[in-house]
Amino acid sequence: MGLFILRRSGVMIITALCLTFIVFVMTNLYPNLEKLAKTEGNFRMSDEAVASWLDKNGYGQPMLVKYGQWLGVVPGWQRLSDEGVTGRCIDGAVSEDEAAQAPRFCGILQGDWGYSTRFKTDVSEIIQTRLGNTGYLMMWVLILMVPSALIIGVLAGMREGSATDRSLSTLSIMTTATPEYVSGVIFIAVFTSSTVGLKWFKGTATSAMENPTFENFFLPVLTIALYGMGYIARMTRASMTEVMTAQYIRTARLKGVSFPNIVLKHALRNALIAPFTVIMLQFPWLLNGVVIVESLFNYKGFGWSLVEAASNNDIELLLAISVVSVVVVLLTQLISDIGYIFLNPRIRIS
Amino acid sequence: MDPLTWTGSLAFITPIFMIALLLLAATIAIWVVVSIFSAGTRHVANADGTMSLAGNPQAMAALGVRLAFLAVAALGLAYLVMGLIMGTEAGIVGAMSRQMWPTWLALVTLFSLSILFKRRLGLYGKLFDSPIGMVGFTLVMFWVFTGVFAAMDLIATHDPLAQASGMKNKVPGTPLRGAEAGEYAWYLLGGDNLARDVFSRMVKGAWEVLKYAPLATLFAFMVGITLGLPAGYYGGKLDTFLSFLANLILAFPVILLFYLLVTPEIVATGLPQFMAVVLFAFPMVFCGVLIHSRFRTQPAKNTFWLLLVLGPIFLLYMSLINAQGSKIDFWPLDFFDIPGGVLVVFVSVVFVNSPTVFRIVRGLAMDIKTRDYVAAAQTRGERPWYIMLWEILPNVRGPLIVDFCLRIGYTTILLGTLGFFGLGLPPESPDWGSTINDGRKLLSIYLHPALPPAVALMSLVLGLNLLADGLREESLRD
Repeated sequence: MGLFILRRSGVMIITALCLTFIVFVMTNLYPNLEKLAKTEGNFRMSDEAVASWLDKNGYGQPMLVKYGQWLGVVPGWQRLSDEGVTGRCIDGAVSEDEAAQAPRFCGILQGDWGYSTRFKTDVSEIIQTRLGNTGYLMMWVLILMVPSALIIGVLAGMREGSATDRSLSTLSIMTTATPEYVSGVIFIAVFTSSTVGLKWFKGTATSAMENPTFENFFLPVLTIALYGMGYIARMTRASMTEVMTAQYIRTARLKGVSFPNIVLKHALRNALIAPFTVIMLQFPWLLNGVVIVESLFNYKGFGWSLVEAASNNDIELLLAISVVSVVVVLLTQLISDIGYIFLNPRIRIS
Repeated sequence: MDPLTWTGSLAFITPIFMIALLLLAATIAIWVVVSIFSAGTRHVANADGTMSLAGNPQAMAALGVRLAFLAVAALGLAYLVMGLIMGTEAGIVGAMSRQMWPTWLALVTLFSLSILFKRRLGLYGKLFDSPIGMVGFTLVMFWVFTGVFAAMDLIATHDPLAQASGMKNKVPGTPLRGAEAGEYAWYLLGGDNLARDVFSRMVKGAWEVLKYAPLATLFAFMVGITLGLPAGYYGGKLDTFLSFLANLILAFPVILLFYLLVTPEIVATGLPQFMAVVLFAFPMVFCGVLIHSRFRTQPAKNTFWLLLVLGPIFLLYMSLINAQGSKIDFWPLDFFDIPGGVLVVFVSVVFVNSPTVFRIVRGLAMDIKTRDYVAAAQTRGERPWYIMLWEILPNVRGPLIVDFCLRIGYTTILLGTLGFFGLGLPPESPDWGSTINDGRKLLSIYLHPALPPAVALMSLVLGLNLLADGLREESLRD
C-alpha cells in the first residue's frame, strides 16, 4: 500500500514536470516572446531591438535553463550593465553589493510566481483571490451535483428497465448532451431576459464575488453542475444495476428483506465505489466548464483569468494557471486511485 | 409584405398542441412517480390455467404517456406536413418546413428503405427495433441531411455572411426590406446583431460541424487504434510508455491546451503543421499495415492493394500537410491548402480525443488477447499485426462503434467550445459555437440569434447520444 502510494506520487511528479515543461516551452516560443517584448517595450521595435530586449531580460537563455530558473532549481540569471545589476531575483537595477544579498534561487518552488503583465500585480496574489472565487463556485457545484447525480443514478439503477429508469436515463443523457455554453445561454434566455419575462435570476454573477445570493449565483452553479451530473448519474446507474443483479441481493430478497432496506443497506455501499472514481476524474472537465461559465456569467475567477491571460499573452500568469490546474487534476487522480483501493475490499485485501 | 407569425393560418392547432404537451408532461410525471412506489405488472393465474398480466396504475400511466406522446407527435407532424403544402401561409414553422423539403424527402426515403430491408442490414437494421436508437438516428440524420443540402444551397434562404440593411436584431418572421424578385422575402428566424439571417446561419452551421466532427473523430480513432492495439497486445515497456504519454495528454485541461495551441503565434511557428505530420500519418500507417498483414504471403496482390490504397492516401496526406507559404512547403502536387486556423482546430481536436480512444482500445485488446481464437492464430503462426488487426479488431467493433457515435457528439461539443471562445475558426464562420458566442452578448434583450444554434447543437449531440445508446442496447442483445 505504502509502496503503491509512493510509486503513484513519483509518477505524478514526473507527469507534472513534463506537463509544466510543455506549457513552458509553448508559452516561451519566440513569437510569444516577440509579442511580449513589443507590448512591454514599444510596438515599432525592430527585430534587433526585440532580440536585445529579450536578451537583456533573460529570455535569451536556453530553454532548459529558463525552465530550471522558473522552477527554482537553477540560480536566477544576473546581468551587469551600466545601470547596475539586473536579474531574475532582483527588482530593477541595483548595485553589486545588493545583488550579492539577493536570493540566488527564485522560482515557483520558492514561492515566487512572477509578475502579471495583464493585471500589473504579483501572480501569486491573483491566483489566490481568483482561486478563492472559483473554489467557492466549485464547492456549491459539488454540493448540488454529487448528491443529485447519486440520487438519480440510484433511483434509475435500482429497478432496471422501469419507468423511473427510462425517464431518468433519458434525463441524464439530455444533460450530458447539453454543454455549458448551450445550457447557460438557454438559462439566461429563459430565466433572466425581459423577452420571456420570468426574470427570476440575474444574468451575470459579477456581484456574486462580494455578495453571493441565490439570485445571482444559482444559474452559474446549475449550469456547471448539470453537465457533469448526467455522466455521474449514468455511471452510478450502471454500477447500481450491476450490484442489484448480484447473488447476495437475491439472497437478501429471498430472506424477505424489504426492498428499501436492500437498496439502502445492502446495495448502496457497493454501488458507490465506481461513482467515487468517476467524480474524482470529472475534475478536468469541471475546469473546462468553469472557464466557459465564468466567461459567460462574467464571474471573475480562475477560468476567467485563464481567458484573460491567454488572450493578453500574459506568460507568467498563464504558466501559474497551468501549474495549478495540472496539479489539481493530478492530485484528484491520485486521490481517486488511493480512494478506490480503500473503498474496494477486494483490492484492499490482495 | 407582412411579418410572419409563428404558425400563420394554422394558429388554431396551437392551443390543442399546448394541451397535448401539458398532458404529455403530466402523464410522464405520474408514470415516474407511480413506478417508484409500485412494483410493476403482476402475473395473475386465470381459472382456465392461463396467465395474464394484471392491469395496474403503472400500466395505465404508461398507456397515458403513449397516447399523449402520439397526440403530440401527430400534431407536430401536422404542422410540418401542412407547412410543406402551404409554405409561408402556415407561418414561420411552415415556411421552415417548406424550405427543408429535401431533408424530409431524404429522411422518408432512408427510413422506408431501411425498415423495408431491416432484416438484411445487420446491426444497422436492428437499430430500427429500438425506439431510443430510432429517435437518435432520426435526429442525427436530420442534421446530416440538412447540413449536406445546405452545403448544396438548397435550404438556406440567404447568404449566411450577407448583411441586409435594416434587419439588425429583427425578430423572427420580419419581412426583408426592399426584397428583390427571386430573393426570399423574410428572415425566418430573424436577424443577428450584424443583420445576417439566423436561419441560414443555423443550417449552414450544420455543414460546418459535419465537415470537421466525423473526420476528426475518425482520425482520432486511427491514432488510438494504431497505438492502442500493440499497447494492449504486447504490454510491457511499450504499454507503460504509451500509457504514460496518454495520461500526460489526459491530465492536460483541454481548454488550456486549446488556448496554447490555437493562437496565431503558435500557428506561425508551424507547430500545428508538425503535429499534423505526425497525426495524419496514422491513417496511412493503419491502412498499410492492415493490407500488408493480410496479403503478406501473396506479393502480387499485396503490391496491387498497397498501391491502390496508399497511393491516393499519400497524395491526400501530402496535400493536407503541405501548404504554400508555411513551414512545410516542398511538395509539388498540392491539390488544396487548409487555412492555418482550420488545420490547428482539426489537429487539436484529434490530439485531445486520441488518448481516450487509445485507452479504450488498449483495454479491449488486453481483454480479447486471452481468447482461444487468438491462441489458435498464434499457434497457426500468424504474425502479431495480423492477429491484432484481423483477429482482435473485428471482435471489438461493437464497443468501438458505440464509442464512435458518442465521440462525434463530444467532438461537436469541443468544436462548439472552440467557436465559443473564438479560437481558430474564422470569425465570420457560421458554425454554431461562434454564433452562440455572437448572440450571447445581447441575450437579455434579443433571444433569437443565440437560441437556434444552441438548440441545434443540443439536438444533434442528444441524437448522437441516443443513437449510441440504441446501438449499445442492440449489440448487447446478440
